[in-house]
Amino acid sequence: MSLDAKIPAGPLAEKWSKHKFNLKLVNPANKRKYDVIVVGTGLAGASAAASLAELGYNVKAFCFQDSPRRAHSIAAQGGINAAKNYRNDGDSVYRLFYDTIKGGDYRAREGNVYRLAEVSVNIIDQCVAQGVPFAREYGGLLDNRSFGGAQVSRTFYARGQTGQQLLLGAYSALNRQINAGKVKMYTRTEMLDVVIVDGKAQGIVTRNLKDGKIETHSGHAVLLCTGGYGNVFYLSTNAMGCNVTAAWRAHKRGAFFGNPCYTQIHPTCIPVTGDHQSKLTLMSESLRNDGRVWAPKTAELSQKLRKGELKVTDLKEEDRDYFLERKYPSFGNLVPRDVASRNAKEIVDEGRGVGGSGVAVYLDFAESISRLGEDAVRAKYGNLFDMYYQITDENPYEVPMRIYPAVHYTMGGLWVDYNLMTTVQGLYALGEANFSDHGANRLGASALMQGLADGYFVIPYTIGDYLATIGPKPVDTKHPAFEQTKKEVEERINKLLSLKGNKTVDEYHRELGLIMWEYCGMARSEEGLKKAKGLIHNLRADFWKNAIVIGENEEFNSSLEKAGRVADFLELGELMIDDALMRHESCGGHFRLESQTEEGEAKRDDENFAFVAAWEYKADNQPEVLHKEELVFENVHLTQRSYK
Amino acid sequence: MRFEVLNRNTTQDFRLRTTDFIKMSNGNMNLTLKVWRQKNAQTAGKFVNYKAEGISPDMSFLEMLDVVNEGLIHKGEDPIHFDHDCREGICGMCSLYINGHPHGPKRAITTCQLHMRTFHDGETVTIEPWRAGPFPVIKDLAVDRSAFDRIQQAGGYVSVNTGGVPDANEIAIPKVIADEAFNSATCIGCGACVAACKNASAMLFVSAKIKQFSLLPQGQPERYRRVQSMVAQMDAEGFGSCTNTGACEAECPKEIKLTNIAGMNLDYFSAKLFRQEELHEQGHGEG
Repeated sequence: MSLDAKIPAGPLAEKWSKHKFNLKLVNPANKRKYDVIVVGTGLAGASAAASLAELGYNVKAFCFQDSPRRAHSIAAQGGINAAKNYRNDGDSVYRLFYDTIKGGDYRAREGNVYRLAEVSVNIIDQCVAQGVPFAREYGGLLDNRSFGGAQVSRTFYARGQTGQQLLLGAYSALNRQINAGKVKMYTRTEMLDVVIVDGKAQGIVTRNLKDGKIETHSGHAVLLCTGGYGNVFYLSTNAMGCNVTAAWRAHKRGAFFGNPCYTQIHPTCIPVTGDHQSKLTLMSESLRNDGRVWAPKTAELSQKLRKGELKVTDLKEEDRDYFLERKYPSFGNLVPRDVASRNAKEIVDEGRGVGGSGVAVYLDFAESISRLGEDAVRAKYGNLFDMYYQITDENPYEVPMRIYPAVHYTMGGLWVDYNLMTTVQGLYALGEANFSDHGANRLGASALMQGLADGYFVIPYTIGDYLATIGPKPVDTKHPAFEQTKKEVEERINKLLSLKGNKTVDEYHRELGLIMWEYCGMARSEEGLKKAKGLIHNLRADFWKNAIVIGENEEFNSSLEKAGRVADFLELGELMIDDALMRHESCGGHFRLESQTEEGEAKRDDENFAFVAAWEYKADNQPEVLHKEELVFENVHLTQRSYK
Repeated sequence: MRFEVLNRNTTQDFRLRTTDFIKMSNGNMNLTLKVWRQKNAQTAGKFVNYKAEGISPDMSFLEMLDVVNEGLIHKGEDPIHFDHDCREGICGMCSLYINGHPHGPKRAITTCQLHMRTFHDGETVTIEPWRAGPFPVIKDLAVDRSAFDRIQQAGGYVSVNTGGVPDANEIAIPKVIADEAFNSATCIGCGACVAACKNASAMLFVSAKIKQFSLLPQGQPERYRRVQSMVAQMDAEGFGSCTNTGACEAECPKEIKLTNIAGMNLDYFSAKLFRQEELHEQGHGEG
């Protein structure tokens, strides 16, 4: 099949308006005849479920957490971008569009990104109307701060808890619709498969995590708002429960997977302290507004610091290398995430890393504290400093933070067209679960923007077009596809429960994570990737022989939950390797050692790789088939990204 | 400089590096855990003792439990079930009652932010679930907090639909008011306040949401309707009354202030005493 992204023709700034006009509408009285399934209740899911219910559709929403309020969007710290130009500093919809395309290293669609920038202004209005307490100035108007990859201040924030406040806003809108009887909410319920009837997604199979009950649910359309797959690396800033299962099951039912190898490694996370580490904690990018990143000038000094022969605060100014400011004078500490991360890796590889492991660099606030005063710094970043202190037992007001990159976000995801529909009719993917808007690298404060754009302002329009086309005829749950899919889910669970080997699921997960981090992390090479492919292949085979899964299905069983998720990660990992191997260029977060400029920056190959890779699943143990969606740039001129 | 593949492009070498980490974390604490085990809501529970050995002070409390659970799984035993997700103190999922305190002995943090350096070698640590009638145990240390969601569903929102709202800067809000609303909005809905309260009162949780909206201009149109519906639902769920002991504030990981409850009471009585007619006219009053 050929991929049709369905990007409307015409000038960039008119595409979305024209498209909205051309989309079919469902009349208000008919909306109540349609059922829509929404899986996941983070920013994308909660905003979609609430907005669709407000329009009159019947929504069934699902989350694996005990409450929709706990989806991992809640942990986003720094902020949300919007092209409001409240600062009068030269921002515009076009500039946000341009920064996002450039930040993504020219691997995103112009049409999608422009739409994102366009609706960004509506998001802020919506959230304020809901009572989201954004930071304000003394005049009572909204405050902004700067984020990486931009030279304007367009990031709206709520202290270091912007994701929490935005999610609670969407959660409140969702609650209002639950109360109105328009959304039926299923908590502690995990989606384990999609039901396809006559080529259309018409339902899902779920497992109630409390008692193991397997159920089928039907709907006229299914929306996957299930987040990213960063946990394939085991250690990441994602919550423990974040997983790829919903997206992966959809993939195996026909939804193409877009750019799976595009992973964001966030530069400022608290370093690993030991083998027991279960997750990594992010220190918001907003800290790079006032914190300066540095490392000792020489490996000898680094050694002395690590051995405790020298105190960091005693290190002379001329012995410090503020490497981001030195190499990128115009963006300084606020270069995009992929650039900042690679530079930290370079320092550590040179032996100039700090901290007990030597796998860290400094993020220093001494200069800001002396310029602004400790209280001003506390007011801006207090909760982040406290969190750092809590975890490391070191006071960041007195000594610089130690930071190192960690897996944070996945730009890849299910391939969707301009309407957010996957290659399966009636199956949509929103937010981080889709691949659409960030290209090969996402700019800070753009994830919240995209999740809410998809849920509040895109899907309410585009879903109507599809629903109007298929008509309100009720979905036939008697169709054998429902029973058959349910049976397959049960067989898989039984197969997992029969595993009584000698290695825990976490041990497999950790091993997979090490392979992915080493060979498919911040730097990738053909040799390493090929090796990783073999390692993962063997690990997966071993998992299905020697893993230990405890207990039975009909109970609250965390061992079984994990096993199913890790089994899917083991399959996804191999596809990520294939994708990284195929993309013989560097772009954004995907850095191939074979393709770099003289200065060690990512070197794209626009002639051969200006496309979206969309992978089609064929059958188990068969190579996936690559489809290419050529990226067309009519408005921006492709250049080597420079933040110097 | 150009990036090179350094001499550690093998899993072998990577293992060497992880060994360094183990040395670094130097896990040599041994503890006894007294853990509440309960198969499900229908079965009676009991305390079971476990050894937690080779624990590093750098581990979080939940990572320590991970180590114990890995050991149990290797022995073919059912791991200890506990709720957790983000592990950075914001999702509100973790909910352990440790040595008589919700989220353990340290102030202003959640269980996932508690590190083992707070405990000492040889210590016995008691771990229980939240104990409150409206929070029935699901399994072991995990409880059902859906009552909190139902309270929020009863009125914890501003009734605006998506679209058609004014420009964000048309609503000016004094910074001090916005900051105070934020302080209330920072509640993570974990339920520690209920677990800490001898009456299992949920008033700190409920009042935080009511206060957030009663401070903001956006919350005014539904202010009195909201407080009545949310309090009614809180009562229907079986949460107890507040007797001003302040345990909730002391144990709240987000330091939500007791003054929220005072604000809620003020709005509640204003609604009851002075606003019934108006609410009836809108069709929103209680019977």
